[in-house]
Amino acid sequence: MTHADQFPVVRNVGLDGMLVTFADTMTETSNRAALAFRGMMEAERPAGVVETSTSLASAYVRFDPVQLSHADCEIWLRRLLADRDWYAARLPKGRKLWRVPTVYGTDLAPQLEDAAAAAGLSASEAVARLAASRVRVLTIGFAPGQPYLGPLESAFDIPRLKELNPMVPEGALVLAISQFVLFSGPTPTGWRHVGQTAFRCFQPGRDPTFALNPGDEMQFVSISPDELADIRSRNKDGYGGAEIEEIEA
Amino acid sequence: MSLRVLRIGPACTIQDRGRAGYLDQGLSRSGAADLIALHEGAALLGQSPELAALEMAGMGGEFEATQDMRIALTGAPMECSIDGAPAVWNASHQLLNGQRLSLGAVTRGSYGYLHLGGGIATELFLASRAVHLTAKVGQAVQVGDVLPCGPDSGDAGQKLPQWDRLQGGTLHVVRSFQSNLFDEATLTRFEQTEFNRGLRANRMGMQLDSDGEGFAAKGQLNILSEVITPGDIQMTGTGNPFILLSECQTTGGYPRIATVLPCDLPRAAQTPAGGAIRFKFVTLDEAAELQAAFARDLARLPSKTEALVRDPHDISDLLSYQLISGVVSATDKGERQ
Repeated sequence: MTHADQFPVVRNVGLDGMLVTFADTMTETSNRAALAFRGMMEAERPAGVVETSTSLASAYVRFDPVQLSHADCEIWLRRLLADRDWYAARLPKGRKLWRVPTVYGTDLAPQLEDAAAAAGLSASEAVARLAASRVRVLTIGFAPGQPYLGPLESAFDIPRLKELNPMVPEGALVLAISQFVLFSGPTPTGWRHVGQTAFRCFQPGRDPTFALNPGDEMQFVSISPDELADIRSRNKDGYGGAEIEEIEA
Repeated sequence: MSLRVLRIGPACTIQDRGRAGYLDQGLSRSGAADLIALHEGAALLGQSPELAALEMAGMGGEFEATQDMRIALTGAPMECSIDGAPAVWNASHQLLNGQRLSLGAVTRGSYGYLHLGGGIATELFLASRAVHLTAKVGQAVQVGDVLPCGPDSGDAGQKLPQWDRLQGGTLHVVRSFQSNLFDEATLTRFEQTEFNRGLRANRMGMQLDSDGEGFAAKGQLNILSEVITPGDIQMTGTGNPFILLSECQTTGGYPRIATVLPCDLPRAAQTPAGGAIRFKFVTLDEAAELQAAFARDLARLPSKTEALVRDPHDISDLLSYQLISGVVSATDKGERQ
C-alpha cells in the first residue's frame, strides 16, 4: 500500500507530547500501524515517558521534557519508525475478541431501518451483514471506555444525522461513516441507533474498570428482545452475555 | 476527623493533581484547575502536594469543624471568616471543634481552594481523588456532605506571599501539530489580539472573545479526530478560541491553533470573566525552560512561608497561634501524607 510522501509524520503536541501520524484518513492499515507502533512505544518506554495512546491513525506519547528532551524523544520515535514497515506490522499481543449479544432494530434500537435504507439495503440484509462483521476497537474516546469500532464494509459509509438523537441508553450500538460506537453511558448522538446490548464499557468501582482495549475485536451477534431481557436479569459482570476469546498473536 | 458542609456553591469539587494514564481509555486527567494552589496549600500545612483539596469555582460555602483541625485557604481569595471574624487568605488557620468557616464569592480570580490538614481523604478511584464531572467520576460537593481528612498533626498560622496569576495576562503558547492549519497572517493576528474571557467557562474549557473577525483555519476542514491535551486552544466553527482545561475530552475534531504551556494553565483558569488575555508564542526550548523554572518555583514554596503577623484585633489570627488548645510544633514541618 502506498502512502503520501509526508507520512508517517512526527509532530509535537503542545510542550509535553509527540504524535506519530500514519495517514490523514482512518483506514484498516493506518489504524493497525498506530496500534502496533504504540505497542512498541510501551514495550520500550524510556525514562520520562508518562503515557501513550492511539487515536484513529496516530500514536501519541506524553513525556516529561525535564527527563526526556524533545530532541531525544524525536530521535527515539524516528528510530522506531525506521525499525520496520509499520503499515505491514502485526497488531500487538494480548488482544481479545468479544462476541456481544445484540438486539437489532425493534423499539430498543429504532433507527435500524433508517440506517439500512441509507445503506441501500433491506433491514434483514443489513442485520445479517452487521451481525457477521468482526470489527476492531479503532480507538477509545469521547466518553470513558467508549470504543469506536470498524471499519465496516463501504455500504455502511452513511452520514451522521443532521438532527441529534436526543438520548440513547448505555449499551447502545450506533452507526455512521462505516463505524460503530458502543455507548458507555446515556448520551445524545448524531449517529443512528441500530442495536442494543447490555454491555458496559466503563464500570467505576469494578476491576477492571474498563472492559476494552484499543486493538480488541468485537462482533455483535443478533438476538431477540426476550433473550436480551434474560441476559439483563443475570448481568453481574456487566459484559451483557459476551463470549470472550483471546486472539492468537 | 472531618468537616461538615452546611452551605456550598454550585461548582465545588474535590481535586488533587489528577489521574494520569487513562488517556487510552478516553478518560482525561481532571485535577485542580490551579495546580499552584495545591502546592501553596501543601506548603502552608507542611504536607504533600499529592493530597486532595476542595476546589470552589466562584463561590465557597459554610463548613463546621467536627474536631480541632488545621485548614489553609489558597487560590482566588473569597470573602472569608471563622465564626464571624475575618480570616486571612493564602494562609493556614486553626479551626476548633464546632467553629464555622464561612467562604463567600471570589473577590479576584475564579477558583478558591480549601485545604485540610492531612488532606481530604475521600476514596481513591484509579489512584486519584479528583472528581471528573463530565466523565461522571464522583460529583460536586453537596450540603450535608462530610469531608473526611487524613491523619494530621502540626501547626497553623502560616502565610505565603501572593503568586500573581489571578487577573489574566500573557499566556505562553507553543505551536502544536495543527497550528499549520492556520496561515501565518492568522497566527500573527492571534498573537496581536487582546482577548477577554467569555462567560462560557468551566473545568472543561473557557471561551475567549475578541473584537474583529474570528480565527478560522485554512480551507474546508475535514480533519480526523485527534488527541487533545489540556492547554490546547481549539477553534470552534465560528473561529472563537476555547482554551481546553483539565476535564477536556481526550480527542476532538476542531482544529487547535496553539497550546498553552502547563505552567501557564493556572493563570488561564483563574482569569475572571471579562479578564484580558494575550498569547505569546515561544519555541519548544524556551517553553521547556519556562516549565522547568515553574517546577523550581513550586518546589521552593515551602521555604516561602512565614508566620502570620500577630494582631490582637484579628481573632482568627490569634486562634491560628493555638493560644487556646493543642501543642504547637515549631520543628515538625516535614512532608506528611
